[in-house]
Amino acid sequence: MENKVLLDSKHVHITIDRLCYQLIENHHHFDHSVIIGVQPRGIYLSSRIHKRLQEIIGKTDIKHGLLDITFYRDDFRRRDEPLVPSATHIDFVIEDKNVILIDDVLYTGRTIRAALDAILAFGRPRNVELLILIDRKFSRQLPIQADYVGASVDALTSQRVKVNWQETDGKDEVILYTPIKAL
Amino acid sequence: MESLSVRHLLGIKGLTSHDVKLILNTAQQFKDVINRPIKKVPSLRDVTVANMFFENSTRTRLSFELAEKRLSADVINFSSSGSSVSKGETLVDTVNNILAMKVDMIVMRHPNPGAPVFLARELQKYPKSAHAQIINAGDGTHEHPTQALLDAFSIRENLGDLIGKKVAIIGDIMHSRVALSNIYCLKLLGAEVMVCGPTTLIPKYIGSLGVKIEHNLMKALEWCDVANMLRIQLERQQLKYFPSLREYALYFGLNRKKLELLNKKILIMHPGPINRGVEITSDVADSGHSIILDQVENGVAVRMAILYLLAGKTAS
Repeated sequence: MENKVLLDSKHVHITIDRLCYQLIENHHHFDHSVIIGVQPRGIYLSSRIHKRLQEIIGKTDIKHGLLDITFYRDDFRRRDEPLVPSATHIDFVIEDKNVILIDDVLYTGRTIRAALDAILAFGRPRNVELLILIDRKFSRQLPIQADYVGASVDALTSQRVKVNWQETDGKDEVILYTPIKAL
Repeated sequence: MESLSVRHLLGIKGLTSHDVKLILNTAQQFKDVINRPIKKVPSLRDVTVANMFFENSTRTRLSFELAEKRLSADVINFSSSGSSVSKGETLVDTVNNILAMKVDMIVMRHPNPGAPVFLARELQKYPKSAHAQIINAGDGTHEHPTQALLDAFSIRENLGDLIGKKVAIIGDIMHSRVALSNIYCLKLLGAEVMVCGPTTLIPKYIGSLGVKIEHNLMKALEWCDVANMLRIQLERQQLKYFPSLREYALYFGLNRKKLELLNKKILIMHPGPINRGVEITSDVADSGHSIILDQVENGVAVRMAILYLLAGKTAS
């Protein structure tokens, strides 16, 4: 398995900073905007963005939620085993708010389709935007695009993109690799 | 990836402690779902469930139906009264006919112990019915697995991890499917279990399940963290097991006076339906000690978890 580093630790930080400034351009003080990280892997990016945004703007009350989409997936009963759900924590009203959905990698678009369904169970947002760290181009199976993109990558279907975080993997980096098939 | 070790939920006896913990953890997420403004998720939208009740039920039947509907499953309800069962149709024939209408799961309550196990075995002989998954919603005096799971969930919600917790099951142990399933389930989770009741209503070999036996209610209450009060199942009793309901209430009924004699707070549970004034008085059933209605709320979440985890196993 050969790893190719797409973004190293320094670049991850620079990219997160840029994404934060892009968000501020559109959302100003976040009075009517909320940030929602998609479980399980999107929550690390959403926590970083939430923390950095509060530092930049100098506020401590930007709303941040976690959304689990397991029950809304379209591949239930089409995979060998059911996925175990993660927790959802949204302790604020999203009705009429600008929702910024955050995930680490945008690939087929099916996770985000499910997340759109899931978010509607909490009310009717004014609008929903999508922020992602890595966009795997030319691999979409649904008409879904991100509004804020950290970096784009062309990758073969057989390849995987993995975002590692300091909190869980000991290091911030984005790697591209080809998994070894079990013989 | 995690999944249950079984295809059907026939009883707690066939489950591992990993299965039970997986169900309880998944139920926690479903409890969150049913407290949202929109209480419904689309997971089981391509699943049809038949609720087959050969015996009366309020809570279990409604709880299963709500759980199925909140998972977006299609639901049909069958009750034996008013059906062709009274014309002599057998259980296997009845179920095969329902399955022929493209039904995926059967939730069954039956007065005969072992009916779901029998059905699961018999259906394997019919290629068109072998796909069906069966959930036991109570079979006679044998098991009531979903009740035991929701009881465990409710205890865990109030007291945290069950390891070392002391649960007393009090009342008609002999005729109670809730007691047997609870014993299996609580033991799997590491709790200590005691059964308490008149000698006539405690089965002779119950001690072999690793439970303590007590015939004095006050001693049981002093020992336990949780008291699960069971109903006297008069409809299943062909003999007289105690002189009168009044005498039973005097010795084994829970009232405020007995609770106040304890110098600690214990959780009071009851699987319903309650015979107020017999096994438990109204002031106790409606007090802050009681989590009877929490049990009912949790029942929907736990049944959603079971349906979800079982349905997810039939990958095409």
